[in-house]
Amino acid sequence: MEPTLKIEHLTIDLPEGADRPHAIRDVSLALYPGRTLCIVGESGSGKSMSANAVMGLLPKGVTVGSGHILFEGRDITHLTEEQFQDLRGAGIGMIFQEPMTALNPLMKIGAQIAEVFEAHGRLTPPERAARALDLLREVGIPDPERAQFAYPFQLSGGQRQRVVIAMALALEPKVLIADEPTTALDVTTQAQILRLIKDLQVKHGMAVMFVTHDFGVVSEIADDVAVIELGELVEQGPASKVLVNPDHPYTRRLLDAIPKVEFHETPAKEVPLLRVRDLVKEFRTGDRVVRASDHVSIDLMRGETLGIVGESGSGKSTLGRAIVQLIKPDSGTIEMDGQDISRLRGAALKAHRKKIQMIFQDPYASLNPRARIGRILTEGPMAHGKSRAEAYARARELLVLVGLKDSAMDRFPHEFSGGQRQRIGIARALALDPEIIVADEAVSALDVSVQAQVLDLLEDLKTRLGLTMIFVTHDLRVAGKICDRIAVMQHGKIVEIGAAEQVFRHPREEYTRNLLDAAPGLELQ
Amino acid sequence: MKILTRIVGRLVKAAVVLLAILVLNFLLIHAAPGDPAAVMAGEAGATDEMFLAQLREKFGLDQPLHVQLWKYISDVARLDLGYSYRQQMPVLDLILDRLPATLLLTGTAFAVSLVFGVLAGVLAASRVGKWSDTLISSVALLFYATPLFWAALMGVLLFSVTLGWLPPFGYETVGSGFTGWRRALDIAEHLVLPALSLGLFFTAVYSRMTRASMLEVSQMDFVKTARAKGLSPAVIERRHILRNALLPIVTLAGLQAGQLVGGAVLTETVFAWPGIGRLMFEALTQRDYNVLLGVFFVSAAMVILFNLITDLVYGIVDPRIRVQ
Amino acid sequence: MDFWRRFASNRGGVIGLVLLVIIVAVAATAPLLFPNNPWKMVSRPFLPPFENMKFILGTDTVGRDVAAGLAHGARVSLLVGLVSTVAALLIGIPMGALAGYFGGRVDDALMRITEFFQTVPSFALAIVIVAIFQPSVVSITLAIGIVSWPPVARLVRGEVMSLRKREYVEAAILQGLSAPSIILRQVLPNAISPIIVMASLMVASAILLESSLSFLGLGDPNLMSWGYMIGAARTVIRQAWWLSFFPGVAIVLTVLALNLIGESLNDALNPRLSRRRS
Repeated sequence: MEPTLKIEHLTIDLPEGADRPHAIRDVSLALYPGRTLCIVGESGSGKSMSANAVMGLLPKGVTVGSGHILFEGRDITHLTEEQFQDLRGAGIGMIFQEPMTALNPLMKIGAQIAEVFEAHGRLTPPERAARALDLLREVGIPDPERAQFAYPFQLSGGQRQRVVIAMALALEPKVLIADEPTTALDVTTQAQILRLIKDLQVKHGMAVMFVTHDFGVVSEIADDVAVIELGELVEQGPASKVLVNPDHPYTRRLLDAIPKVEFHETPAKEVPLLRVRDLVKEFRTGDRVVRASDHVSIDLMRGETLGIVGESGSGKSTLGRAIVQLIKPDSGTIEMDGQDISRLRGAALKAHRKKIQMIFQDPYASLNPRARIGRILTEGPMAHGKSRAEAYARARELLVLVGLKDSAMDRFPHEFSGGQRQRIGIARALALDPEIIVADEAVSALDVSVQAQVLDLLEDLKTRLGLTMIFVTHDLRVAGKICDRIAVMQHGKIVEIGAAEQVFRHPREEYTRNLLDAAPGLELQ
Repeated sequence: MKILTRIVGRLVKAAVVLLAILVLNFLLIHAAPGDPAAVMAGEAGATDEMFLAQLREKFGLDQPLHVQLWKYISDVARLDLGYSYRQQMPVLDLILDRLPATLLLTGTAFAVSLVFGVLAGVLAASRVGKWSDTLISSVALLFYATPLFWAALMGVLLFSVTLGWLPPFGYETVGSGFTGWRRALDIAEHLVLPALSLGLFFTAVYSRMTRASMLEVSQMDFVKTARAKGLSPAVIERRHILRNALLPIVTLAGLQAGQLVGGAVLTETVFAWPGIGRLMFEALTQRDYNVLLGVFFVSAAMVILFNLITDLVYGIVDPRIRVQ
Repeated sequence: MDFWRRFASNRGGVIGLVLLVIIVAVAATAPLLFPNNPWKMVSRPFLPPFENMKFILGTDTVGRDVAAGLAHGARVSLLVGLVSTVAALLIGIPMGALAGYFGGRVDDALMRITEFFQTVPSFALAIVIVAIFQPSVVSITLAIGIVSWPPVARLVRGEVMSLRKREYVEAAILQGLSAPSIILRQVLPNAISPIIVMASLMVASAILLESSLSFLGLGDPNLMSWGYMIGAARTVIRQAWWLSFFPGVAIVLTVLALNLIGESLNDALNPRLSRRRS
């Protein structure tokens, strides 16, 4: 079979001053009708660049250095802007990562779809509107008659992504390029969108180029896989081969780093360290009131790792943040050591704070960019009365404990990688010798190989220091790997709670089952 | 229904701001060094003890401050802005007499600067980095740095004194006896220089703002989506970038209205334009504080009214506010 | 070092800096260059420029040296511009920081005040303040400061609000640091770049405001200033163009220099934003 799209020895140059001369170097790929090629790589690998090059949408300063892109046998590498306009949408469609910002906020949904026909001079205006409605129906937008007159802000993220897909498919292109199209979505929405793309592909016989960092997603949809490491294509082949029996060590490493659900028997002491009772917290935006925490009650046992999993808006972060006292609940109690810590104020609150610490999500935002690591690690202990010398000595120990050199003390956060910064964040949380650590999506922003290392570190620290941990995450694989017990949240309520193994193997609730089904590449051992 | 509550909310807010301005005016009179009676009388009778005593009684200046404040506010509520002892006329009459000329001037300057500013900004943004962008941006930067009154004077020097194209000052040709269209044309001729020199600075403001806003919007994700659809750059610019880029301009236009009224003081002074700005300047030189504060109050009221209008316009332009 | 390279890569910024250095030098050395009091009559009135090299820019309606007036006026412009900006920052930064950090009712109250001052026509308010408190350097500087702080407060509030949600600030809260220490040590230092940029642009608009006030006769009667020179020459523009022309050029150049520097600083201090520009 002839490939629909062929990339031959493509090299894309980065502008001067970038961290390397080429975004990708000497990459050759082929897309066949009815097949999905997944391009996988970690952040900064250049995986999106080939997709953008095909569309003629490379960022300013980034240019094709050498090689060719052939679409149905025609060389499209160096088309003029006008020629690319004809190709985009008609020959090749594209969908993007951020559905929330991918639509014009001031234009109605239907009009934005109809615009595709207009751009290519197809159909009459009434026909365009009718086709737009058909497309909305085809991509499964609820109540399409009404939705066509809606503005983007009236739709959810998943619905917006469906609209973007409708636009990309309007002219039945031969090739669909999807650049991380589900990364910003919740797992259940992600599963729906993946299924939609797959269905449409079968129906229209398209070739799909799917760019992603997530091997779970790859295992769900890929026919062929290409792995890119720092701009170099290290391995490609059928999914059945690459995912099961990879040749290249990098692919092997990436696959190994995917968190594997493993259940461990921790003799959790049945002594509650922290009790949450009837916790209620509401947020208002304008007239809308969202109950992020709806009479939540939960016990945290000494020495256990409790996972709180759920999709965005489930209230899992609210619960975590209420426990560390970053937000005040509207009602309910959080008891520790026999007192309701949610009512603490002033000096009592400050004294209590050191007992519960937090590890944050974004390693780039969680360290003050203008403070040296030494200051970051000692501010807290010194505010609690430790002497400067003591605090610094302890900080050095902690750096070594989390796997960094103590010379890090005099450096600034920007001198470290994401994984290293996350280690510093962990050291900061440990600096006050807390009893409980709340990790809020602590590994979600990390590349999969770094994620594995940080998870190992956390597990190691937990056993060595006897920590009690709350692990807030949207990623069931991560939760399954590290947690003893798991609480599943939805709409501000805990729908199910139990030992990890029970929740994974014998979920009692429908919603938990849906989550497990939707989780890409979830394997139980 | 939502729109109605919104309008009512804004009206209440506007009323509160007006009230606050009255309080500020009142405080200013009383914070001024010297006798408030002398301040109110201005130069007209500051030395006449009898007259001052009369004033004190009339305005209850010997009464507690809050009583005075209440009297002041209720006076203004009855549209009594005080009396100009200098001009021997109620302040409100003086202002109303001059207001149309100012509205004509600021309105024209506003329209001119908005149209030319946005056009120049769009042009510059669509040619970013090219020589036409450099030219527009440089000229805008220059106008942005030029004092209003100096631009006005240089305009007079060039177009009236040297070239003799346009009248150097005034609202219309005195004693010409023009009526109807002929008069309108005469006024328009007199309006050109004041409106342009007042609008120059704001043209620069709007063009810089439009350019920056266009460039910012053009980096947004939905523009890439539009490109991926195969739309031509012209359509993308008009339909996707410009419409979104104009939203902040609406807000800015509302804010700038206040500056226009302030600028009118300078322009009207240079061109002897018989508006409230000129009135303010006269009040300054004559130390006629009642008139000064009256003009200040009325110009603030104008700005509030204008903000109210922009706010409603914004509600119409932005579906996120309109539809909710 | 990196900062200077980025700053210097903007030609406008370099030009602005050179201009400003010259203007500051003239202002600083004015008493040496023109030891005479600028108010003193030195020659015949209405001496056109470039005729007598001793008074290269000519003399005014009462025979005062225009060049001397310009040099001494530079001192007033720069001084008022700088001090009133500092005053505006001293009002605006605390207002914005408190509103942004504490949010809720504190924010509401402070923002109502800010909005009020932003709604009031600022130039008209400045006129009223200076007129009522009598023109002097102090009243002019205060008036300019009072009408120019709201944008600072809004900028700082916005920055602080977004920094407040940064995880490192939340971490500092959890570490038990006090609110003042967090605002001063964690939040404000990271908001400093946009404040610096805005301050440089504010000095420019303060100079414009000062010249406008002086033009209307609201300048300090004891100090020679550019706006006053233009205002005094307004009625004789037909006979003596140079009396309004040169001071105006001085204002334009100074304001232009500061704006150029401000833009360049913006490019150098906020590289993320400036890269978006091209």
